[in-house]
Amino acid sequence: MKQLDSATLARLENVAYRLRWHTVDIARDHLKMHFGAVFSIIEMVVALYFNWMRYDPNNPQWEERDRFVLSKGHAAPALYTALAEAGYYDLDELHHFRSLHSILQGHPCRLKTPGVEVSSGSLGTGIATAVGIAIAGKLDKAPWRVYVIVSDAECNEGSTWEAIQVASNHHLNNLVVLLDRNGTSASGPMLRRNDIEPLEDKWRSFNWAVTEASGHDFQSLYDGLQWSETITDRPALIICHTEKGRGMSVIKEHPEHNFMLNADQYRRALIELDDIEKELVNHVN
Amino acid sequence: MSTEALDVAKAFGEALVELGEKNPRVVIVDADLADSCRSDLFRDRFPDRTIDVGVAEATAIAVGAGLAFSGKIPYVNTFAVFAAARTFDQVRQIVAYGRANVKICGSAAGLSLGYAGASHHSLEDIALMRSQPNMIVVSPSDAVETRQMVHAIAEIDGPVYLRLSRAKKPPIYDNSYRLKIGEAVILREGSDVALFATGDMVFETLEAADMLAEKGIYAEVVNVHTIKPLDIETISRAAQKTRSVVTIEDHSIIGGLGGAIAECLGEHMPTPMRRIGLRDTFCESDSTKVLREAYGMAPHHIVEAAIDAMNMRTISARIHQN
Repeated sequence: MKQLDSATLARLENVAYRLRWHTVDIARDHLKMHFGAVFSIIEMVVALYFNWMRYDPNNPQWEERDRFVLSKGHAAPALYTALAEAGYYDLDELHHFRSLHSILQGHPCRLKTPGVEVSSGSLGTGIATAVGIAIAGKLDKAPWRVYVIVSDAECNEGSTWEAIQVASNHHLNNLVVLLDRNGTSASGPMLRRNDIEPLEDKWRSFNWAVTEASGHDFQSLYDGLQWSETITDRPALIICHTEKGRGMSVIKEHPEHNFMLNADQYRRALIELDDIEKELVNHVN
Repeated sequence: MSTEALDVAKAFGEALVELGEKNPRVVIVDADLADSCRSDLFRDRFPDRTIDVGVAEATAIAVGAGLAFSGKIPYVNTFAVFAAARTFDQVRQIVAYGRANVKICGSAAGLSLGYAGASHHSLEDIALMRSQPNMIVVSPSDAVETRQMVHAIAEIDGPVYLRLSRAKKPPIYDNSYRLKIGEAVILREGSDVALFATGDMVFETLEAADMLAEKGIYAEVVNVHTIKPLDIETISRAAQKTRSVVTIEDHSIIGGLGGAIAECLGEHMPTPMRRIGLRDTFCESDSTKVLREAYGMAPHHIVEAAIDAMNMRTISARIHQN
């Protein structure tokens, strides 16, 4: 497995910081957001968009691009900020998030946002759509691959299991699912409530190749993605162990799923972001 | 005109094969019912372009959308009752909202599967599909129109719901017919009452029009093969001319053709109206013919409704005069 050099790691940490910064800047102290869900997948999104997938922001429909589906659509800001940083549209667009005439809807809409492949927001629909995309890739013997980020709680949806069964029946070795295992759904911890364990065994028994990664560690995510390319006869799942609201203690003060920062929390969020930035600068030096 | 009975379902399957020959982008998604839906004809000819997801209708819809997003033109096949109700979230969220170029083919709609009972009767599929922005809803009558419809919807870049019957009857149209989506067809001109029908109820309606003619009542018969977008002009003109209308469909009277035409005429040409269809009820098991008789959908019921609508016109005219 290839190791990431320190310059790449520093670059990725910096992008992750920027996505968190943009997210807080979009919401400030007046927009509700699924902060926890967004921050738990920031590194996964950065790993895909800034060190793995092939795409052309100037030509979102480029035939050879890798396809990305955000099944957990409520984490849209993670995708929107990544697409803006990747150059699909101007960073200023982020300030119109969720307002009339904006290209950035509350949940992803493929017709409005350049770079969004599939509209999502209804949980448990992303993998099935990605299966269709992957089958089309197979029919055309195309080189591109399909990446999906799903939440762990989407494994409560029966439609998820329908889709993963179809995926392995069709030997979709061009399909990779990254599962955001933060252990929490809208109403709180999933353990002993809407539990999905034994998760790994379930996916394996559906004939998927399964590995685990540390979802906030770029080397670990990179290892998982490299591994996924070695799987030749079936789809691949990377269970990414994550922390809801990762990276900002202010976010973790909220037990809710969807919430607004108050003025004080927003101020403290900015201080925290400032500290992260200083630390990143120190790293580089 | 041929008097030989033609099978609508088979015409659908054969048209899929013709389309597949013509357009390599066309693929089929099945949900384990290919033999019943007659997409087996396509599967046997183009096995590599046929994706069977198994008994997973909602997934069939989403997989179809994914194929469409990658440039394919998928025709997704299952029974109408599952194609609409079972899959509605995927239809709404992925297909309609995403304007996916998916053709959802609802086989054996209405009371086609009479013996199977209410679980297999599709009485709300038009209502569900019609409620979705971006969705086009078509419901051809005979085998000739069904065949042309299969080809015509491939030319539309967006989602379509194709509602299919299982009629086996001599065709209404000959091969000189040219279907145009969005244009209702006046099959018979008349000035006393307008009968708007869709799907294989067009057959029953033509029969009813004959019965009315024997009574000296001349009905205008309009085949509304496109329920969305509705041909407002043709429908309003027929209503204006006859001043009494009946809608006829193998569907609930709530939200289907009757609902669509009531909405249309309510805004454009308020007209006394009767609706033939299932009157807010589930149905029992028996043959389609027996059920249509029992639930008020046979030609003689259409005749009664037409006379009712005409009487209502007279009453309404008197009220207006006073």
